[in-house]
Amino acid sequence: MKKSNVVKYNKWGYIFLIPFLTVYGIFQLVPLISTVYNSFFENYRSGLTQIGPNFIGVQNYISIFSTGDLWKYFGNTMIMWVLGFVPQILISLLLGAWFSDPSLRLKCQRFFKTVIYMPNLIMASAFAMLFFTLFATTGPINSILQQLGIISQPYEFMNHVGSVRGLVAAMNCLMWFGNTTILLMAGMMGIDPSLFEAASVDGATATQTFFKITLPLLKPILIYVMITSLIGGLQMFDVPQILTNGTGDPMRTSMTLIMYLNKHLFSKNYGIGGALSVFLFIITAILSIIIFRFSGNRDAVQKKAK
Amino acid sequence: MPESKSKGMGVGARRVIAYIVLIIISFFCLIWFYILLVNATRSHTELSSGFTPIPSTHFLENWKNLMAGTLPILNGMLNSVIVAGCSAALCVYFSTMTAYAIHAYDFKLKKALFTFILAVMMIPTQVTALGFLQLIDKMKMDDTFWPLILPAIAAPVTFFYMKQYMDSTLSISLIEAARIDGAGEFRTFNTIVLPLMKPAIAVQAIFTFVSSWNNYFTPALVLHTDTKKTLPILIAQLRAADWLKFDMGQVYVMIAFSIFPVIVVYLIMSKYIVAGVALGGVKE
Repeated sequence: MKKSNVVKYNKWGYIFLIPFLTVYGIFQLVPLISTVYNSFFENYRSGLTQIGPNFIGVQNYISIFSTGDLWKYFGNTMIMWVLGFVPQILISLLLGAWFSDPSLRLKCQRFFKTVIYMPNLIMASAFAMLFFTLFATTGPINSILQQLGIISQPYEFMNHVGSVRGLVAAMNCLMWFGNTTILLMAGMMGIDPSLFEAASVDGATATQTFFKITLPLLKPILIYVMITSLIGGLQMFDVPQILTNGTGDPMRTSMTLIMYLNKHLFSKNYGIGGALSVFLFIITAILSIIIFRFSGNRDAVQKKAK
Repeated sequence: MPESKSKGMGVGARRVIAYIVLIIISFFCLIWFYILLVNATRSHTELSSGFTPIPSTHFLENWKNLMAGTLPILNGMLNSVIVAGCSAALCVYFSTMTAYAIHAYDFKLKKALFTFILAVMMIPTQVTALGFLQLIDKMKMDDTFWPLILPAIAAPVTFFYMKQYMDSTLSISLIEAARIDGAGEFRTFNTIVLPLMKPAIAVQAIFTFVSSWNNYFTPALVLHTDTKKTLPILIAQLRAADWLKFDMGQVYVMIAFSIFPVIVVYLIMSKYIVAGVALGGVKE
């Protein structure tokens, strides 16, 4: 009697999963399969004539890998990610260590955490538009720099490779370091306090404690943070798209992979767009598998969350 | 690095360095919004004569000019509120339901389905966008809000957060007590589980709302009619327009208009949000 009751209840597990599975199937799984399917067909518009769809095997893949554009945009994306990620992780480690250090007893912690997390919630496109106007040749930043006597002529931020990439990286860093700080801090709080006590009894300085205890024990979370940030970096779109109006100028040096994909989606070049999507999907999948492996599956994520 | 300097330093000195660095970093987080606020109150002529840190008096004038302009801003805001609000509501309700299914019941495919949801968590929406666009075209949903709202029902990240929260707060004995009282499973979920999940629901509702409000990639590909566009698309149009001829006062007001509602909500709820980030762990 009891057993049949349990079985009766447990069918509700399936019933409650119906909405998720249905919607996921329709809006994610079907599109994923049809994206892969599209990547094997020639299918685009040339002027007013529609070409295809004709099955052409892996020809789309051969053409995206051989033109060199893909590698150029992949390189752009990676350069801008690294430029943003390195300062981000350094600042986050430093702030995380300070916030979680009981001997420092920093006041106003809530205020600082609130402030540093705030840029994360800002609309990326509006933030990029804001930076575009602030750093315009006639904009306030040039005006301030001239008033301070640092430069005599306005600097054309939008016409130099370094400054455009630098601005994209700075915005990404600014938007994500608060999030990273909170994650790392949660990880640092999870370290057994007796280890720190033992270190201080042994006369270790704050620097030694940080490099010999905190950092090694934080490794799984650092890897998690780095790879999720890399996955996010590969999806970089809003900021460079708005900042450069979709052109990736100067000379397409700030064009990211997703901006490239977006161009093909708008021009309805489904063959090349499909091959590009599959390429991105495979890279993301490999990175996700690394997270799962490295962090001992979801247990590590749960441990960190506490 | 202050760490190397702090070698052998007293706690007091380290604390001073920490405060100085924190204040500098906070300055760099906030300065942009201050300049935005100041510039939104200045007229075009004032703006072109150089920057001053003192606010002026032209905010309402800029606002009126923006309203009278060609960009359908109020419409855009309304559209953004509808899309983000509906997404947030559907997302938290059904994610809680999905998490409850995995948390409270034992069935044959439970482990497989749980692993599946965790495995697909990292797939970016951009890589399926192509098939997604073709699909909504076939379903006659192109240029409507449906493709932006309905997919929120299946949100692996929100599901994961809800599952974590249930693991720490929702005991099976409570559910069993409800069963003995004769409540149906669906009623138990709606009247007992949902109220208990309120704190988690609030945090996730805000996250979903904000990420939908800020979303640019998918809406830009789905929405074509001017009156249906959401705020990020209008910002992009502003950027694409010949902006040098634009009244810069209006440009700043419009950016402020897209950013500040979120900041206000965030400041009110910041305590829960910052705690929520640490608990969730998998927010991108």
